[in-house]
Amino acid sequence: MTAPPLIDSDVLERVLSASLAKGGDMAEVFAEDRQISSAILDDRRIEELSSGRERGAGIRVVIGETTGFAHTADLTESGLLAAAEAAAAVARRGGGGTEIVALPPRRPVPERNAVVPSQVEKTAKLELLSRADDAARSAGHAITQVQVGYGDSRRRVLIASTEGLLSEDDQIRTRLNVGCVATGDTGMQTGFESVARTEGFELFGRVAVEEIARIAAARAIGKLDARPAPSGELPVVLAGGSGGILFHEACGHGLEADHIVKDASVYVGQVGQQVASPLVTLVDDGTVSGEWGNYAVDDEGKSAGRNVLIENGVLTDYMWDWLRGRREGRPSSGNGRRQSYQHLPMVRMTNTFLLAGTEDPDELIAQTPRGVYVAKLGGGQVNTATGDFVFGTSEAYLIEDGKITAPLRDSNLIGNGPEVLRRIDAVADDFAMMPGTCGKDGQSVPVGCGQATLRIGGITIGGTAA
Amino acid sequence: MIDLVALAERVVARAKAGEEIEAYVARGHDVEVRAYEGEIESLSSATTGGIGVRVLVANGSEGARLGFAWAGSLDEEVVDSAVAEARDNAMFATPDPDVGFATPDGIATAELDLWDPSVADVATDDKVALALELERQVRADPRIRQVSSADYGDERIEVALASTTGVRAFSRRTAAFLSASAIAGEGTDSHTGTGFSVARGFAGLDADRAAQDAVLRSTRMLGAIKPASDRVTVVFDPRVVSTLLSVISSALSGEAVVKGRSFFAGRVGEKVATGSFTLVDDPTDPRAFAAAAHDAEGLACRRNVLIDSGVLQGFLYDTVSARRAGSTSTGSAVRGGYAGTPGAGCRALVLQPGHHDQQAVLAAVGEGVYVQSVTGVHSGVNPVSGDFSVGIEGLMVRDGELAEPVREVTVASTLQRMLQSVLHVGSDIEWLPGIAAGQTLAIGDMQLSGS
Repeated sequence: MTAPPLIDSDVLERVLSASLAKGGDMAEVFAEDRQISSAILDDRRIEELSSGRERGAGIRVVIGETTGFAHTADLTESGLLAAAEAAAAVARRGGGGTEIVALPPRRPVPERNAVVPSQVEKTAKLELLSRADDAARSAGHAITQVQVGYGDSRRRVLIASTEGLLSEDDQIRTRLNVGCVATGDTGMQTGFESVARTEGFELFGRVAVEEIARIAAARAIGKLDARPAPSGELPVVLAGGSGGILFHEACGHGLEADHIVKDASVYVGQVGQQVASPLVTLVDDGTVSGEWGNYAVDDEGKSAGRNVLIENGVLTDYMWDWLRGRREGRPSSGNGRRQSYQHLPMVRMTNTFLLAGTEDPDELIAQTPRGVYVAKLGGGQVNTATGDFVFGTSEAYLIEDGKITAPLRDSNLIGNGPEVLRRIDAVADDFAMMPGTCGKDGQSVPVGCGQATLRIGGITIGGTAA
Repeated sequence: MIDLVALAERVVARAKAGEEIEAYVARGHDVEVRAYEGEIESLSSATTGGIGVRVLVANGSEGARLGFAWAGSLDEEVVDSAVAEARDNAMFATPDPDVGFATPDGIATAELDLWDPSVADVATDDKVALALELERQVRADPRIRQVSSADYGDERIEVALASTTGVRAFSRRTAAFLSASAIAGEGTDSHTGTGFSVARGFAGLDADRAAQDAVLRSTRMLGAIKPASDRVTVVFDPRVVSTLLSVISSALSGEAVVKGRSFFAGRVGEKVATGSFTLVDDPTDPRAFAAAAHDAEGLACRRNVLIDSGVLQGFLYDTVSARRAGSTSTGSAVRGGYAGTPGAGCRALVLQPGHHDQQAVLAAVGEGVYVQSVTGVHSGVNPVSGDFSVGIEGLMVRDGELAEPVREVTVASTLQRMLQSVLHVGSDIEWLPGIAAGQTLAIGDMQLSGS
């Protein structure tokens, strides 16, 4: 059964037509209806149960290299027409005349067979929180505080443009995260773990929240005995699924076409060139069902794609949205995304991952005489213009004589994207993904990252030990 | 235009017996212009509005249950369903004797004029012209290869708060900003620098200064090298200090303290920093970007001394965290707009200025590294454990002056140790966007990790 559209096609046609009344090359309506619910258990109490609803439309008018944009929470025809007029204010040429806009018929929105979280009893969601809290606290007396967060969202989007495009999607996302504090003689340490998927409440039929909680608790407790991380350059082994965020930062952002067309990336002009170790084949794939960065169509109505960015170390392509693709006379790669109807779309990653290699992860560690083993990465940040990037460890150990030994306190690692990609000298076969939130130019979107255990021959570790 | 205070009062009037209701209603207007290669890249304008409703249901001797709902709309029917949702959510919360809304505490709100009508009155064409002028000025320097963004933005925000516990508050503020990101140099010797200017209104913006700052910060990095690891004195730029104070502030939130997530917990009265370090949160200072007459629960904002000559004085509380701590609210409730619930936090941190400007601080330090920007703050600074490790860009300090530029390097320590190693606090207070002012700060004995 298909739900009624957020805006009827005849209204869309009139609004799009009005958007180009003063001229312009393209007009687009992006409508969104987002329902969010979340709950927080903290300090042993269900503290905050929250529900939210946001509905509105953003209207974009593109004239040459200029974009006009306005948004409104008023989805009536008069509300949309007012936004259209504001967006069209950049059209100074005037006299665009009357453009007849005809949209194609609606296509059915892809079925997801998800257990829609808004139809799940609140008590069932809260039970997850209590179970996770119990599991974390029973992990050890050292656990002194636990916060568990649950969240779900349903995001219906509709995109229509004067290029005859009419697309809809219905995106359901569910997440649970656990943060623990452990206290010992050396002070406090924190541990964090989460599960987040583009699917409904059925997620928790498969994933035991106790396991998420135990991982978070063990991470905090383990660091109570941690010694300061080393400083200087060492080989680093990243555990499978610990954080494909390395690639997200080391090259992902630098391969976004908005940085490329502005010559603000170290990867400009490098297509066809060896930019990474031959062991690196990097893919951005919005079609991987259920992953955190998954969708049927992007926020410009283009179907999600599987895009190979680097193949055996050779740069094959960048990621594109409509605007930057148009500049180069090519289609979008399905990477046009926005945080909400209140934002302009830009080029964003979806699920970005390194294809698995063939080595045995244990063997890879055994072959590393001295280095750092990172079991879990935190966030990261990159300057695309210089390629310099950092990423933080939230669970790491020393490797001594080919064995994982002492736990290390949290630190950032720093490197230069192209240099680090060339220094990847081993990739194992234990591929895993993890979810994350990517921030760019003030907008946050859900993304996935993935990689198997791999080794970087050398990277600078920002610890305090000499 | 909907009267926000009247709307908040209408929501509150829906409280049933045994219920308390609080409504937070906000409306914003904003304009954003991005210039690129002498043209408008994008021009956005928008009006947003929304409501956050908290419902407290009495639960006998066990306390009360709290529920929350929000909606990105000010339509009556949407507001109605938010009230119903919040009420329903309350049924599932754990009863808690400490939850409650603020009650007026008799402290008068400061008279602050945070509204500059020029933000609304200036024509869009003039805003566009200023963004184009900013970009032109940055590009005028031959060493600048690219301007990845040159933006003008402004906002007008109005907030009304009402509750059944007697709170009635209305406030409005404006802000305007300019920001430019420049890229200097070619190939592997490319460097970026950001310059900006913020003001209450259009007239207060300084495009020259924003452009010069972007140019200076990108060009002085040309030829940067990765230095060798060393134990060093670090001089932080005011902008970086603003970021550092923001991170430290999360450990000064009473909420973090009562929940055992602050390294300051249990240390009131102890010397946690060097004697030159006096930290105050004063949202009633109108020069502060986030200055406010009342907090996010409607109580008067006030001046709170957090660390006095190195001695920890206390924490910032909202109503609930204060009750948990057996204290009273310090008027420090903050929230992230209508979709968020209040928590305790800072708005306007500033260090008591020292006697030296930046140049004099550098001269006094002699040898070390000057940090102009940091990366990885969210991944490498932990306000619970105090572990501190960030990527930096900056310049070496030699013979008391800025020397060769350095990049791809980290500095690390712990927040606890850094506070005990403050060598100089600059006299150069800059009121920056965010919740903390900036000023030059020199900290000894940090680990520089490079080649």
